Amino acid sequence: MAAIELRNVTKKFATADGGTYTALKDISLTVEDGQFCAVVGPTGCGKSTTLTLISGLESPSAGEAFVDGKPVSGIDTGTGFVFQQDAVFPWKSVLDNVSAGPRFRGADKAAARAQAHDWIRRVGLSGFEDRYPHQLSGGMRKRVALAQTLINRPRVLLMDEPFGALDVQTRSIMSTELLSLWDQTRPAVVFVTHDLEEAIALADKVVVMTAGPGTVKAEFQIDLPRPRVVQEIRFDPRFVATYERIWEALRDEVEQAYARTTAPAGLELEKAMA
Amino acid sequence: MKTGGRTWTRRRRLVIGLQVAVLVVWLGGWELAARTKVIDPFFFSQPSAVWSQILTWTTQGTSQGSLGEQILITLEEAAMGFVIGVVAGVVAGIALGRIRILADVFAPYIKVANSIPRIVLGSLFIVAFGLGLTSKVLLVIVLVFFGVFFNAFQGTREVDRNLMANAKLLGASRWKVTTEVVMPSAFTWILASLHVSFGFAIIGAIVGEFLGSDRGLGNLIKSAQGNFNQSGVLACMVLMAVVALVAEFLITRLERRLLRWRPPQHGDADLAVL
Repeated sequence: MAAIELRNVTKKFATADGGTYTALKDISLTVEDGQFCAVVGPTGCGKSTTLTLISGLESPSAGEAFVDGKPVSGIDTGTGFVFQQDAVFPWKSVLDNVSAGPRFRGADKAAARAQAHDWIRRVGLSGFEDRYPHQLSGGMRKRVALAQTLINRPRVLLMDEPFGALDVQTRSIMSTELLSLWDQTRPAVVFVTHDLEEAIALADKVVVMTAGPGTVKAEFQIDLPRPRVVQEIRFDPRFVATYERIWEALRDEVEQAYARTTAPAGLELEKAMA
Repeated sequence: MKTGGRTWTRRRRLVIGLQVAVLVVWLGGWELAARTKVIDPFFFSQPSAVWSQILTWTTQGTSQGSLGEQILITLEEAAMGFVIGVVAGVVAGIALGRIRILADVFAPYIKVANSIPRIVLGSLFIVAFGLGLTSKVLLVIVLVFFGVFFNAFQGTREVDRNLMANAKLLGASRWKVTTEVVMPSAFTWILASLHVSFGFAIIGAIVGEFLGSDRGLGNLIKSAQGNFNQSGVLACMVLMAVVALVAEFLITRLERRLLRWRPPQHGDADLAVL
């Protein structure tokens, strides 16, 4: 049984001028238990929308989303979500941020804190327990967000361009660390990104989406050996070959999406989405 | 760093020097104008007369009893009404901000209540509850409540959607989302409203006493006015200004304590001067 399944899902949003905007059109996608799946596609293709549907933050207009074979209805606490923007609580210290999950789920304070200390160590933030988020760098805040999510041991982990705001070096270091953290609990992952290199370096399977309304254009199995070091894997000839193969599929979509943002028709669409 | 520090001190000294100069020119000009009969001291008093009025009251007491007692009574009314008004405003604001149906039902009533000149209720309270403490406290509550309420309501509505989604996904119940996410976030708004609200509290207490009382600073103002004692009116103003400044200082301290988690704001430097 697949950990995550989207079955013929369509998602429409109402626009400000009273029309509807179709973000996803008839998309089907499965992620096996423990599989790391990366979703790539051009800007505005509805990548992030797939995550909100799997997490239960939004519900599909047509079709159905399943987690562990059960249809998603509302937020499921077995699902972890790492947001694109900072979503750690700015008024909580690192320790309180990381222990928030267990506390929300009814663990007593001492047990939650002990668990939090362990996860803070795993993400390499020991010694920063008492800091507030604004006192940390962007990369450190991401580590807090990871620990905060992983402490709940989600069976399904959804990540929405989590490292998008980081500089290139920090980003590849964080990616490597993400892989080793993932290896500890092995949840099924859907990792949304527009960066094909990042997608190949991390994933078992790369899904290429079409320019909006988004649907699956092609899927590629990545059989690069694990454990991987993200900083170095891009020099592997197999990586380069895989990149070329997938880029072939992605290029048209990126060009199409780009043309839309520059042509007058594209401006209309942008407005509709805003 | 050292030169920077020295420049800062020099600049600070200049600012303080100029501030004192403004005060001297203003008070000195007033005193001089009164002594040379450019303005009539009977109508506009003079700083030395105001000061000697304060001294007389301090040493010989007022017609209503000792000066300290009058100040304490007014302060008691203002503080009691302020605390009750703030608590009620915060509770009502958050409740209406979080529970849609309450907001929909009460919205028109609140708009009406906010548009009437509430100070007029003072007359009603005096008749209904007598010359004592109750009528003044009620007037203060009515004045304080709405400012705090609107800020709490707005603050509740403006909470970052990502933070709410994150808390829900981490397992927070609706109540936990309110206490752990909505309230800390709305506190920034609520605390900002306290500065203005305490001013309203003092106005409410004084106007209440003015409308009908046997003690307090408002009563003192009224009897000074009755005796054409303009220095007495101004002396009360000065005393209330001192009380308001002390309260402002305490509120700023409280604000800093509660908002420790925030990165330093640009406005803080200006507040520090105050």
